[in-house]
Amino acid sequence: MNLAITITKKEIKSYFSSPSAYIVLVIFLLLSGWFFASPLFINNQANLRTLFGIIPLLYLFFIPAITMGLISREKNNGTMELLATLPIKNSQIIMGKFWASIILIGVGLLLTLIHFITIMMLGTNIDFGAIFCGYIGLLFMGAVYSSIGIFASSITSNQIVSLIISFFIIFFFFIIRFFLFFVPDFMVGIFQFISIDYHFSNISRGVIDTRNIIYFVSLIVLFLKLAQISLENRNWK
Amino acid sequence: MIRIQNLTKDYGLVRAVNHVNFEINEGEILGFLGPNGAGKTTTLRMITCFLSPTSGSIEVENMNIKNKQLEIKRLIGYLPEHNPLYVDMTVYDYLKFIADIRKIPNFGHRIKEVIKQCGLNGVVHKSINTLSKGYKQRVGFAQAILHDPKILILDEPTSGLDPNQIVEIRELIKELGKKKTLIISSHILQEVQAVCDRIVIINEGKIVADGSTEELQSAFNNKTKLKLELIANKDEITAIVDNIKEIALLSISPLREKTFSVEIEFDSTNDKRAEIFNFIKSKEWTLLEMYRENVSLEAVFRNLTIEGGKR
Repeated sequence: MNLAITITKKEIKSYFSSPSAYIVLVIFLLLSGWFFASPLFINNQANLRTLFGIIPLLYLFFIPAITMGLISREKNNGTMELLATLPIKNSQIIMGKFWASIILIGVGLLLTLIHFITIMMLGTNIDFGAIFCGYIGLLFMGAVYSSIGIFASSITSNQIVSLIISFFIIFFFFIIRFFLFFVPDFMVGIFQFISIDYHFSNISRGVIDTRNIIYFVSLIVLFLKLAQISLENRNWK
Repeated sequence: MIRIQNLTKDYGLVRAVNHVNFEINEGEILGFLGPNGAGKTTTLRMITCFLSPTSGSIEVENMNIKNKQLEIKRLIGYLPEHNPLYVDMTVYDYLKFIADIRKIPNFGHRIKEVIKQCGLNGVVHKSINTLSKGYKQRVGFAQAILHDPKILILDEPTSGLDPNQIVEIRELIKELGKKKTLIISSHILQEVQAVCDRIVIINEGKIVADGSTEELQSAFNNKTKLKLELIANKDEITAIVDNIKEIALLSISPLREKTFSVEIEFDSTNDKRAEIFNFIKSKEWTLLEMYRENVSLEAVFRNLTIEGGKR
């Protein structure tokens, strides 16, 4: 069995053996449910656009919370020494933890399918393609944020510091679209390309473009690689 | 088996390990001794590939830690200082996790074996954070020996345990030492004296002594101290020095009326006990007690490490 999967299994067990994962999931569902349901009858449209609008905002808090401890806790408890002296590569440790956070995000998203069932029962002419793509986009966005969270977790042994760092890096990618109005024309293209929302809205419209996928995948690879480098440079200790 | 050459480790401006050289042979039980902060843990962490050396080399079975880390990690079982554990797991889950990562074939059988060996039978399905410190230490041991490693490295394995647990852990170490190459770091001398074939003493990042327990004792303590308790005339006792050559009278202190405690010192190579006894007999004193004070490793250790520390 691949060692990364062993790590993933361990992390999943540890998520669900403590109340923290449940609390985070419940809050995620409550907030997304509230923001989805309250304007549903006012808009009178059978789509999940409000949901797809609010989840990126919830991610901003949800994902740093679930990734903050992944590596920093191991450093703090000293179990990093244990893990680092077992015959496992740093890349496998990182990947294992990355998949664990993706699975937890997946569980969160899966639970929001209840809203999908709601509109299926209420509405007609539902654009299944757009909803499917929206979920794919959310998953990719979650994966990018997770890789940022894991990177932040790898550079400190303090969970709170990790939370704050990952929050600000994610916030940067999230907020950058609001600066489009203020930047000179020739920079708009660059800012737009950096903005995660631009790529997400492309996908959630129902178009899966390679450019968007490349954007997501390259960010994921970048931050996971940075996390791996930070694990390899243990000399600070 | 393990060859360490010119090993140096800097933490910023602080040099924790300073050009250390030593070798460990197959089947040896090596005691790695030094005061706190001497660089023991740092050295062990470099052997186990947790830290990278600033300079110098470590070879384990002719494999360099620079490029053969995974292979070396497979050979080594390591119990880190403070024994870090995943405390939210049960003992079985924890060992299963280690077995998965180490890819141990037939792990169910092996885990049972190790659980028996480490005396963990009663707590297999308990969560680790509910266990006492002694049991946690055993779980750490079980983790380290699970893959039946050729080399076992234990960083202060008995620190913080009560005397009974220390004895148990020592028994376990002796048992394991029969088949494996063992490195045990400690700042407790009796412990090292009790289990190790060879001792390396490190102080301020440098090796200050390397040899068997007996070698170290004889190299650094060539005097034997004899303690006597006898009933005699105080004024006459000093005559002992005049009558026997090459001994020194260290002290005479009265215990009770006419009973004195006397300390005598002579070269270890030149045993004077018989002569002293015969002299006492000739004087018709009553000898209540005579014993040789054990020259402990402690004295060696203090000699070697305090000089440097008081600089």
